[in-house]
Amino acid sequence: MFNYREDFPMLEKNIIYFDNGATTFKPKSVINAMNDYYFNYSANAHRGDYTISYKVDVAYLSSRKKVAEFINAEFDEVVFTSGTTDSINIVAEGFFKNLLEPGDEILLTKSEHASNILPWFRLANTNNCIINYIELDDSLHITMDNVKKAITDKTKLISIAGITNVVGDLRPIDEICKYAHSKNIFVIVDGAQLVPHKKVDVKKSDIDFLAFSGHKMCGPTGIGVLYGKKEFLDKLTPINLGGGMNESFDNENEIYLKELPNRLEAGTPNIAGAIGLGAAIDYLNNIGMDNIEIYENKLKSYLIDKLIKIPFIDIINIESDSGIVSFNIDGIFSQDVAFYLNKYNICVRAGNHCAKILKSETGVKNSIRVSLYFYNTFEEIDKFVELISDKEKIMKEMIM
Amino acid sequence: MDNEIKREIILDNFNNPFNKDGNINLGYEKINSNNESCIDDIDLYIDIKDNIIKDIRFNGEACAISTSSTSIMLKNIIGKNVLDAYKYVINFMNMVEEKEYDEKLLGEGIVFNEIYKQQNRKTCVTLPYTGILKILEKYI
Repeated sequence: MFNYREDFPMLEKNIIYFDNGATTFKPKSVINAMNDYYFNYSANAHRGDYTISYKVDVAYLSSRKKVAEFINAEFDEVVFTSGTTDSINIVAEGFFKNLLEPGDEILLTKSEHASNILPWFRLANTNNCIINYIELDDSLHITMDNVKKAITDKTKLISIAGITNVVGDLRPIDEICKYAHSKNIFVIVDGAQLVPHKKVDVKKSDIDFLAFSGHKMCGPTGIGVLYGKKEFLDKLTPINLGGGMNESFDNENEIYLKELPNRLEAGTPNIAGAIGLGAAIDYLNNIGMDNIEIYENKLKSYLIDKLIKIPFIDIINIESDSGIVSFNIDGIFSQDVAFYLNKYNICVRAGNHCAKILKSETGVKNSIRVSLYFYNTFEEIDKFVELISDKEKIMKEMIM
Repeated sequence: MDNEIKREIILDNFNNPFNKDGNINLGYEKINSNNESCIDDIDLYIDIKDNIIKDIRFNGEACAISTSSTSIMLKNIIGKNVLDAYKYVINFMNMVEEKEYDEKLLGEGIVFNEIYKQQNRKTCVTLPYTGILKILEKYI
């Protein structure tokens, strides 16, 4: 159905890349857009005194506009950050630190990535708040019943991944936002695994804050986004102060900050990164997010159908709504399987995938994770399944 | 040594590791060894008396290479005095780092003499050695 492979230089290297949850390959258009900046108009932004700097301003603003349209946000609700981790930390430290009172409750799940747990742990410690978890059902999904059960009068915020990085379950974000807002609870969505794979509409879903990374959606590393409703971003205390974010200052008592979103982007921004992310969004839009989702679902079902026939494979997430499949092979350490597959130029991730408290729910500490993207193929899955089906061969070849 | 034999020895030490047990209440000195780059995570429990390594146990989760490397290391250094154990460890590390080493001192450890060809497994094979070195250095 798709033939985008020739757009990706990394796919010419005869490797099968199944670690798209970690990062994705970049199409030439993204690399070229960044090179164009470095080769042809490599000036700073916000300094339109000369032609190339003006060109930077236009490109940087255009990327922000593309991001805003991509998630259906307003232009000034999009803040460029270094990635999902940065975005969530900014929300925790800049917004909720000022808001939470001792005894307030923060609601998470045990399948969150470290970047959506540790900032809240720190906040709970500094503000004397309590961390609670929404219970996961037998298939490690969130149900609305369990969300409602976990909420108390003290719950102030829910911070959850849109799609989790090990289980790959798609959370009912619209419903959660609707219910949470009826109780005056904020909802923060870690969109790292969601935004690259499915159409997100922050207005329709009524998300309060959304964090995501450029490099997991064909963009460059080091650039990400914090979306926040304007009324909330307005109350967010900038973590960094410096150039580009102040209007004027005379002394320590007279500091005037710029309007959103500039006041949340102190210092020279990641200009090349933002331009690259803009190009990545153009690329994804050109394919169509709906097409990406449909194709990934087909790939994933194809893989699951084959894996469930292999008796010595335990799949952690047979039912999930994304291209993420986590599993183990009986009696073989996950990393040995990854080493074995690497011999055949197949890249998969082994380990706990930064979801270190998930093991209390699954009883599984480590696993092998396949995470697919639109440039993967059915033929790649065939090759992978062929290699993973032969346990004797794995045992024989995993060590040397 | 033939690759087939090496593979057999490594797998045997992985499937039946020497002194790997959960008995951690022996009052031994404990050291954790883990790799930042991967998920291997083992604890070594060491009993040194009168400058002799009386006993070492280990537990934890690790890949086949780390587990068998630990098993083989234990077999080779238990019963040695601290200095000889230290020499064994350094000699083994030299082999992994492609420096000069004495093959005769290695025992079963020789099965890893070509591990340098797989750069990404060097941290696996040296995992127990980096842990034990921290202990041995205190006694030297």
